[in-house]
Amino acid sequence: MFLNVKFSHIIAVVCMMSLSFTAAAQHHGESHNDHGTPTEQHQTEAGQVEQQHSDSTAGHVVAEEHGAQHEESESELVNGKYDPKPMIFEHIGNANEFHLWGHTAIPLPCLLWSKEDGLTTCLSSKFEHGHKAFNRYVLHNGVVKRVVDPSFPTGEVSIGHITTTEVEKAEVDSLEHEGKMYAIEKASKIGAFTSWYDFSISKNVFTMLLVGLLLCLIFFSVAKAYARGKDKAPRGLQGFIEPILVFLDSEVIQPMLGDRSTKFAPYIYVVFFFILFNNLIGLIPIFPGGSNVTGNISTTMVLALFTFLLTNLNGNREYWGHIFNMPGVPAVLKLLITPVEIIGVFTKPISLMIRLFANITAGHIIILNLVSLIFVFGKAGQSIAGAGAGIALAVPFTLFMNVIELVVALIQAFIFSILTASYIGAATESHHHAEDGHH
Amino acid sequence: MLFLVEFSVIKPDPGLIFWTVIIFATLWFFLGKFAFKPIAQALKDRSDSIDQALKQAEQARAEMANLKAENEKILQQAREERAVMLKDAKDMANGIVAEAKEKAKEEAGRLVDAAKMDIENMQKAAMTQVKNEVGSMAILIAEKVIRKELSKDSAQVDFANTLVNEMKMN
Repeated sequence: MFLNVKFSHIIAVVCMMSLSFTAAAQHHGESHNDHGTPTEQHQTEAGQVEQQHSDSTAGHVVAEEHGAQHEESESELVNGKYDPKPMIFEHIGNANEFHLWGHTAIPLPCLLWSKEDGLTTCLSSKFEHGHKAFNRYVLHNGVVKRVVDPSFPTGEVSIGHITTTEVEKAEVDSLEHEGKMYAIEKASKIGAFTSWYDFSISKNVFTMLLVGLLLCLIFFSVAKAYARGKDKAPRGLQGFIEPILVFLDSEVIQPMLGDRSTKFAPYIYVVFFFILFNNLIGLIPIFPGGSNVTGNISTTMVLALFTFLLTNLNGNREYWGHIFNMPGVPAVLKLLITPVEIIGVFTKPISLMIRLFANITAGHIIILNLVSLIFVFGKAGQSIAGAGAGIALAVPFTLFMNVIELVVALIQAFIFSILTASYIGAATESHHHAEDGHH
Repeated sequence: MLFLVEFSVIKPDPGLIFWTVIIFATLWFFLGKFAFKPIAQALKDRSDSIDQALKQAEQARAEMANLKAENEKILQQAREERAVMLKDAKDMANGIVAEAKEKAKEEAGRLVDAAKMDIENMQKAAMTQVKNEVGSMAILIAEKVIRKELSKDSAQVDFANTLVNEMKMN
């Protein structure tokens, strides 16, 4: 009974928190509505561009006259429907600024490197939201892009409207400058290298630094509290953190790592809290939250890579023996098992990478979709009754999803760390124990 | 179909990877070395000390139980001893009383005997005195009688003659 009461209290608090999240998220969505005004323009332009495309053989088509009628469109309706996809993709993606509302954004430092121009450093506010180019770099939808054409002037240059066209099933962005169109390209991605690299303190990097700072503040203070109050009951922050530490120690580290726990426990703790804090900060819809750090494959790839390296660099004879020469298995079966085991070495970290990335990104997308319901029903502000119905539908659903996401944030951090611990634990297990486990 | 904003999160970004490696490795190094290692050690130390304290408490409890049993035994012994002592004391007291009674009786007997003897002695003395008194009285009476008889000369001569005769006969 006593437990029930407590649990209901917790639920109530979480619900209230989510309600405020939801409200903020709605605000965010609305603000985006304002900001997203050019989107419809793009779409119409694109449509017209496609029409023109049939009679033009050129790759990207200039639609100059559309660049002028730019600002004052009411909605982002496409064929009478609100399309939430651009808003969602912009929200989950990385960016070179923290978008607040309309044309208001918190600028972030840019570190841009290209073979021709070397390193360019500036604040993203220098690009004036796509109105200016600096050293051939421009800002488009919050992301820095670069003019490929070497004839484009360096330094600060005023530019016209940036348009997106589809050429042979690929999107091409181009900007207008002194009556001429220049193609712009995104920063290099692995598998899609371009002329330049973006090493900026982007939205995600900023959030990671913030999380790093938070972790340092919290855990140095907790460590100090432990050093000071030896054999004393934990209090304050230490008392708040301790149950999590004890849970990790008794549920993850000791069962998985056993006698190797002294060596690997710090890594497990760091991984858990790094993921947890990034997950949670991603659920806060306003600055400095809202970044989809653990929902970006680059971050989860690095984490999985660290686990992969730790596992395989510390793997003992038995570990490699089980991969290349499984004991107690007939030679014929070994032909089959060995390749599977070798693949398994790589699929383990890859599964870690994709699991975390997919869970967090999916959560963000679902919440953003639910918030979009308001604008889908309300036809982006044209139908107030529809918006009301959308709110009635979206608020409880978003509330529900936010609570689920709180749980997912914790569960995914836990799963990543427990699997990491189990991989490392299995690779470093002593011979005697391994034998027991095998039979 | 144009996306306008691509689904960029699935494409690994070298810049983001670079910063994640740097940030995470730094956190791992500093937090691991200066925060989580001491914390893990402190947790282990404390759980060890709690285990030890529990074990000690268990030991103390066992010792307590032992002590209590021993105390109980000692108490029981003391109780038995007390009973024995009480019994002894009673016996002794009884003995003393009996002895005292005996002695008293003896003394009383002795006193009675002495008194008897005294009485006897006094009786004897009184008897002797009576005898002496009676003897002297007889002598006195005899003297008076003789004096009266011998108050005439003839009677004296006669008597002297008888006496001389008696003496001559002897």
